[in-house]
Amino acid sequence: MSRIQGRFEALAEDKRKALIPYITAGDPHPSLTVPLMRALVEAGSDILELGVPFSDPMADGPVIQRSGERALKHGVGLKDVLGMVKQFRGDDHATPLVLMGYANPIEAMGTRAFVEAAQRAGVDGVIVVDYPPEECAEFAELAKARDIDPIFLLAPTSTDKRIHDVARCGSGYLYYVSLRGVTGAAHLDLSELAARIPKIRAATRLPIGVGFGIRDAESARRVAETADAVVIGSGLIQEIEAGAPADAVARVKSFLRPIRQALDRMATGEQTSPHRP
Amino acid sequence: MRMYDLPDARGHFGPYGGVFVAETLTAALDELRTAYEHARDDPAFQAEFKYELKHYVGRPSPVYLAKRLTEKCGGARIYIKREDLNHTGAHKINNTIGQALLARNMKKPRVIAETGAGMHGVATATVAARYGMECVVYMGVDDVKRQAANVHRMAVLGAKVVGVESGSRTLKDALNEAMRDWVTNVDSTFYIIGTVAGPHPYPMMVLIACVGGGSNAMGIFYPYLQHENTRLVGVEAAGEGLETGRHAASLCAGTPGVLHGNRTYLLQDANGQITETHSVSAGLDYPGVGPEHAWLKDSKRAEYVAVTDDEALAAFHELCRSEGIIPALESAHAVAQAMKMAPSMPKDAILLVNLSGRGDKDMHTVAERSAKKL
Repeated sequence: MSRIQGRFEALAEDKRKALIPYITAGDPHPSLTVPLMRALVEAGSDILELGVPFSDPMADGPVIQRSGERALKHGVGLKDVLGMVKQFRGDDHATPLVLMGYANPIEAMGTRAFVEAAQRAGVDGVIVVDYPPEECAEFAELAKARDIDPIFLLAPTSTDKRIHDVARCGSGYLYYVSLRGVTGAAHLDLSELAARIPKIRAATRLPIGVGFGIRDAESARRVAETADAVVIGSGLIQEIEAGAPADAVARVKSFLRPIRQALDRMATGEQTSPHRP
Repeated sequence: MRMYDLPDARGHFGPYGGVFVAETLTAALDELRTAYEHARDDPAFQAEFKYELKHYVGRPSPVYLAKRLTEKCGGARIYIKREDLNHTGAHKINNTIGQALLARNMKKPRVIAETGAGMHGVATATVAARYGMECVVYMGVDDVKRQAANVHRMAVLGAKVVGVESGSRTLKDALNEAMRDWVTNVDSTFYIIGTVAGPHPYPMMVLIACVGGGSNAMGIFYPYLQHENTRLVGVEAAGEGLETGRHAASLCAGTPGVLHGNRTYLLQDANGQITETHSVSAGLDYPGVGPEHAWLKDSKRAEYVAVTDDEALAAFHELCRSEGIIPALESAHAVAQAMKMAPSMPKDAILLVNLSGRGDKDMHTVAERSAKKL
C-alpha cells in the first residue's frame, strides 16, 4: 500500500479530513524548505505538496508565480528539489510527499531518470499540471512501476466522460480544482462544489482533494464537508512572504493550526461556526 | 508521393504538438475542436471567410519580382509574396479573421490575444472592432516600449492592452498571461492565438520565411509540403550570434521540451527552465516554435537557418533602397537569407520570400540602431 493510500485509510477510520499544504521548494530560501516542511507536519498536515519551480508557470496566479521567482533566483531546479525531499526523509518516513509542477523540467531530466530519482528520494506522488492523462500514459505507468502515484486534476469544466477517464488513470487521490482560473483566485463557489463532488465520487473510489480558493479555517471547513482533503497553497505562501524569512517557520505553524483544529472539530461533531447556513 | 496527413486527431506531428494543458482548458479545447471541424466543412462559413479576405483584407496579395535586388545579388530571381499589403500590414489578419468568425459562431463575446511585435495584437483588435467584440491583448512591457506605435493602434481600435511584467517581459510571458486569462474566463472568452495556422503559389524553387512561432512560414510552406522539389527554408533570429547565447533560434540551437501546451523545440537550460531570448525583432523573440516546424525539421522536409540582428538590419535597408518596400524586421530576416543564397544559384532558379509584414512599426528600433552606428 502506498504511503498516500495508507494515510487516507487511517484518516477515514478516524473520520478525519486530510490537510494538504503546498509550498514552493526554495522559497523564500533553499535552506528553509526542509525546516518549513517539518513545521507543516508539526502543525498537523497529513500530506505535503512541494512545488517544483518553473520559469513559465502558466496555471499559477501571482502569489505562486512570485514564490517560484524567489526560488529560481536561488537557482533551485528539479535535482535540488529531490535533494530537499531526501533530506526531509532523513527523519520523516511517515508523511506522504507529493511533487507538483510542470512537464518541462521532468522532460529535461528524462521521465525514466526522474521517476527513479524520485523514488530514491522518497517521493510518493506527482502532479504535473500540463500532463493531462492523454499525453502521459507512458509517464503514468513509469511512475506507478516505481510506487509513485500519478495524481490528476479535475476542473469545474470537466465533462462526465472526462471524470471517468481521469479517475481510471489516476492513483493516490484526485485533485479537484474548485475554480475556473489560476491558483490563488479569490472566490470559492461552494454550491458548484457541492454539485460536482458527488459526480466525481460516483466515478471513483479514490479520495478527493479540493484546492484553489481555500485560505482559512472557515473555507477549509466548508470544503471538507464534501471533500476528503483540503489543499492550501496561495494563502500559505502569502503568510510566508508576509514577514522575515527567519520566522517563516513560526508563521506557517500559526497559520495552519486553526485550520487543523476546524477540520478536527468536524470529526468530533462540534458546532464550528455561528454563521453556518 | 506520401500524403501529408498530419496532425493526428490529438494534434501530434510525430512526437511534437499535442495538448499539454491544465485540466481547466481541456473542455474549452474540445469545444473549439468541434466548432473548428464544423466550420471547416461548412460552405456558408467558408464563403463568408473568403468574402472577408477579399473585401476587408484585400487578398489575394500579389507575388512581386524584386528586379533591382535580383540584379544586385546576381543569381536566382527573387520574388516577394506581398503579405505586407494586407489590411493591418501583415499576414496575421488572415488568421484572426477566421478565428473571430469562429468565436462569433461559438457565441463568445470576448476575444483575447498575446502579441510580441504587436502585429497579431493589431490584427486581433481590428477584427474585434469589425465584429463588435470586447478585446484584451497581452504584451510584455519590454515590447510595449519598443512597439509603441502598435500599442496606440490597438487602443484606437478599442482594445485594452495589458502590459505583462513577469519573466522576460516579452512574447512568451504575454502567452503565459493570456493562458491565465483564458483559464479564468473560459466560458465567455475565445483565445485568438497568434501563431501557426493556414494556407497559399511552383521550376527549382526555394521558399524562404522567417520563423518565430512560425505562423507566416507555415502559411507559405503548407501548400508545398507535398511538392518535394520545392525547398523550404525557415529563418530564425540569431540575435547577436548563435555562439553568444543571445538569440531566439529554438530550432537551430534548442532541444525538445514542453511549453505553452505543446511539445516542441525550446531554448532551455539543463534544469528545463526556459531561457531568455534576444532578437532585434520583437515578433521572433520567442523561446519555442510551432510543433509542425519541429516535425518538418526532424523529418528534413524543411531546413532551418538563423540570421543575426546585423544581417537582418542590412537586408532591411537594402530592400528599402532597392525596391521601395519597407519590410518588418521579422521579414527582413527572410530577405537577408535570400540575399545570402541568391548569388550562388542559377539565374533561372526562383527564390520566393514571404514578406510577412511591413516595417512601419519598426522605425523607432531602426532609428535607434542606426544612430548607434553613426
